Amino acid sequence: MRSRLYLWVPLALFAFFAGVAAYMLTQEKDEFVQSAMIGQPLPDFTLEPAYDGLPGAAKTDFVGRGPRLLNIWASWCLPCIAEAPQLEALQARGVEIIGIAIRDRPGDVANFLARHGNPYTRIGSDPISEVQLAVGSSGVPETFVIDAKGVIRYQHIGDIREGDVPKLLAELEKAR
Amino acid sequence: MIRWLAAFFIAILALPVAAQDTMPPAPYAYSQLDNPQLEAEAAALMHTLRCIKCQSQSIADSDAPMAGDMRHQVRSRILAGESPDEIRRWLIARYGDYVSYEPEVSATTWPLFAVPVLIVLVVAGVLLRRLGQRRGSSEGQSS
Repeated sequence: MRSRLYLWVPLALFAFFAGVAAYMLTQEKDEFVQSAMIGQPLPDFTLEPAYDGLPGAAKTDFVGRGPRLLNIWASWCLPCIAEAPQLEALQARGVEIIGIAIRDRPGDVANFLARHGNPYTRIGSDPISEVQLAVGSSGVPETFVIDAKGVIRYQHIGDIREGDVPKLLAELEKAR
Repeated sequence: MIRWLAAFFIAILALPVAAQDTMPPAPYAYSQLDNPQLEAEAAALMHTLRCIKCQSQSIADSDAPMAGDMRHQVRSRILAGESPDEIRRWLIARYGDYVSYEPEVSATTWPLFAVPVLIVLVVAGVLLRRLGQRRGSSEGQSS
């Protein structure tokens, strides 16, 4: 009888894998690609103004004065509308937010800001996603905490919800 | 009834959730390099890089704007004299192994390569033992 026990091994293995598969199906799929640049210095960049209302953005805007938020967004991005009030809430708490508009047009940027509010001090235009790729960002919107040395300290992927504001404030405090 | 029909038509007209920009593609997104040798190098590299936005396609196969921008990076960097390996490493430094569309042996991926070899060895071992036993027992019967 004991020697027959091993006959159950394949069934047990099957049950194990079926169990793993069933468990994984119930888990939320994480499709986010984290930037590998956290802890690394911000790459050098200089971007033209995204529209005529604010100056453009460069790495030098982060170095020596910090910590600041780098918000990667676009006027054509719907979740960016959802996060606009949270960016304003952060700005109201004294956070300086520098924007980079991805593949955007000046008129669209101006319209977006007129309609959804303007929490930025500067917005650089990145028409070919060059800086986005250089910081390891995989979509819009994304928000990075950059400290006064110009080092990337934290990455928030996706739109900032109300519940994410305290976390971002804490990360900014940590980067001080 | 009318209300349901109206709701139905509004649902049809709903805007896609992931809107895309209306900007023209980056200069080298869809234009090849003039030098065929360099273009061949760039094309070979593009087939080994994953589109970050559309994750089961290489940037050579994808029409997503971001894949176009990544192709522009590859071609313009090749043109500037960077080697395909340097560009690959530049991207891996930003997105991790994930951006590689070609499996690479690393600290986290080595079991993927080691386990099949191990399984083949175990199966070969079991087969050899069994066949050896059978031959042994059949010899025993015949004698």
